[in-house]
Amino acid sequence: MPRLASDEVSRGSVFRLQTTCRATKSGSTEGFNEVEVDRRKRRIGRTADGEMILQSFIASKLGEAEGAAGWSVAIAAIVHAALLIALFGALPLFYIWLERKVAGRIQDRLGPTRVGGRFGWLQTLADGIKLIQKEDLAPTAADNWIFRIAPYLAVVASFAAFMVLPLAADLVAVPLDTGIFLILALMSMEVLGIILAGYSSGSKWALFGAMREAAQMVSYEIPMALCVLIPLVTAGTLSFREVAMLQDGLVTNWLIFHDPFTFFGFFTYFVVATASVKRAPFDLAEAESELVAGFHTEYSGLRWSFFFMAEYASMFAVSAIACLLFLGGWYTGIDAETWLVTPILNAVGLTADAGVGRLLMNLFGLHVMLIKASLLVFVQIWVRWTLPRLRIDQVMTTCLKYLVPISCFLFLGAVLWPLVLATAFGRTTLLEGPLATPLGVKVVRQAAFHAPAGKHNLAVSPHEGGVR
Amino acid sequence: MSDFSISLDQFLFWVFAFIACGSAVLVVAIQNIVRMAFWLVMSLGSVAALFFLLHADLLGATQLLIYVGGTVVVLIFGVMLTASGPYMKIQTSAGELFLGAGVGALLLALLINSVCSTDWDALTLATSNTALPIVSGEVDNGGTARPLGLAFLGIRPDQDLGVTDVTKLSPGFLLPFEIISVHLLVVLVGAAYLARAKRRTVTAEPRS
Repeated sequence: MPRLASDEVSRGSVFRLQTTCRATKSGSTEGFNEVEVDRRKRRIGRTADGEMILQSFIASKLGEAEGAAGWSVAIAAIVHAALLIALFGALPLFYIWLERKVAGRIQDRLGPTRVGGRFGWLQTLADGIKLIQKEDLAPTAADNWIFRIAPYLAVVASFAAFMVLPLAADLVAVPLDTGIFLILALMSMEVLGIILAGYSSGSKWALFGAMREAAQMVSYEIPMALCVLIPLVTAGTLSFREVAMLQDGLVTNWLIFHDPFTFFGFFTYFVVATASVKRAPFDLAEAESELVAGFHTEYSGLRWSFFFMAEYASMFAVSAIACLLFLGGWYTGIDAETWLVTPILNAVGLTADAGVGRLLMNLFGLHVMLIKASLLVFVQIWVRWTLPRLRIDQVMTTCLKYLVPISCFLFLGAVLWPLVLATAFGRTTLLEGPLATPLGVKVVRQAAFHAPAGKHNLAVSPHEGGVR
Repeated sequence: MSDFSISLDQFLFWVFAFIACGSAVLVVAIQNIVRMAFWLVMSLGSVAALFFLLHADLLGATQLLIYVGGTVVVLIFGVMLTASGPYMKIQTSAGELFLGAGVGALLLALLINSVCSTDWDALTLATSNTALPIVSGEVDNGGTARPLGLAFLGIRPDQDLGVTDVTKLSPGFLLPFEIISVHLLVVLVGAAYLARAKRRTVTAEPRS
């Protein structure tokens, strides 16, 4: 469900109904129009700038024809939705190649070398073409219909997470206020496809794999949510965008370095995230040495590859969440946005705050984000080929006896930390001065930036007080 | 332009409403219990989509997390642990069918009654007069998280913005929230008590 972000389409009929009612009842539409214009200005300034640019470009080509505005919105939305789907497809392609290459190197082999030139970088594409050609089999013992639909459930749940995942300040399909909450809900739905796949296969290996996966996912959801809460209580928001915006500037602003609890919270989160995307050493659901291939034993061809698309896309998604919550999101951490990108943009006559310059700034952020998340994915691959697989009882012990208490402790600590600091030192952050803007100041600035300008007393203009 | 957007929203609303109702009917009609679970997911997920279309983003996410995620996983767990055969089926007897249909009809009558007796104009007017845009971040997608969070703490800008008399401020939701959470804790402790391994009071009889 791509978001038709720009202008009218993004707002639902509910709000329209409300405002229309109000306008009719009060007998005047002037105040309403003011609010409307104000909202629109903020909207253009804040999100989906790329779509605005593309949309206005398409609108200018279409001219003043009837329905041109609507069509330009639709085309811009389709283009961006296609880009998102392409990203969803391209990331697993790259990561599977990376996995094979890294696995090869760790095991003192070369990995793929031939397909597509020197590094075998087209290996995954060749694999994909091979998988498309394979026969779409279903065992006679299977519950045929569920067997066929289960891979789609897994891949749809995994893709749905990408809709609320911001890849740069303005590059997000659905800029939700509750993005983090929703992404946890969506990613927990991936297990449904896996359970249904294992159950409907009519094979004991698959059923064992599915049962393990179900037990593992249900257990690991608890520390996952607690670990995600740690940066959230520090930042005081549920919006990915706002959490990331708090971490601009230098690396000291990253939430991982905010206090000891967020620091250890990051590592706990990463362990739990590795388990939640069922990667080794937690890949009990597909333990080759015990269960043939676990829940996907009976699958072949494209349906089989869907599970892997979902897995690798989820690896990226949890890594991107780690970046957004702990590792400064789309910011470089050396403030390259200020001393490098902005001067370059200014030199070619663009500004980083609006128009094409803003779009380029976002593309820069997108690349920073992709590199950071890919590094974390690399760590996951590295861990997989280094550590041996745990037994299922060890997996459960790790979660229930260690990770849950640890994350509870870290969460409580993160809540109490500002209070203790305020009592002891009279301030709420450890680092003060030029290196780190106190978080409270940033939160107030953001609140001022988000509120409609000129409507109340909080009006700090976005240019002087708001986020860059 | 505005026609386009309204029609798109309405179109999606109808699509998801249709999926929600159709899947709910299939849950009742189908006898294979895992397929029932699948259609239940479709129905609950479509309800979440309806919430998102109505810009109740927190409610939609909660629907996904609690109902689609939690309930269905637990349901499938139950099926897998209790099913005796490979693909368990549920046979409904005529009496159960009659009873269920009766309860369903009563509930439907109740819902229709409450829908018809509500003054929707007054409700939409009341919400449109709130100051929600000031306190919420991403207004255009609902932005219900922040006002709800503030309401939990007892800060109600949607009702109290113009109120100068401190004694007439609206109550928050902290107390009900705490009561519910303590209730849930009691349930959890009870479940853990019931599920834990019983200590043997009698020593096992020696095998002959």
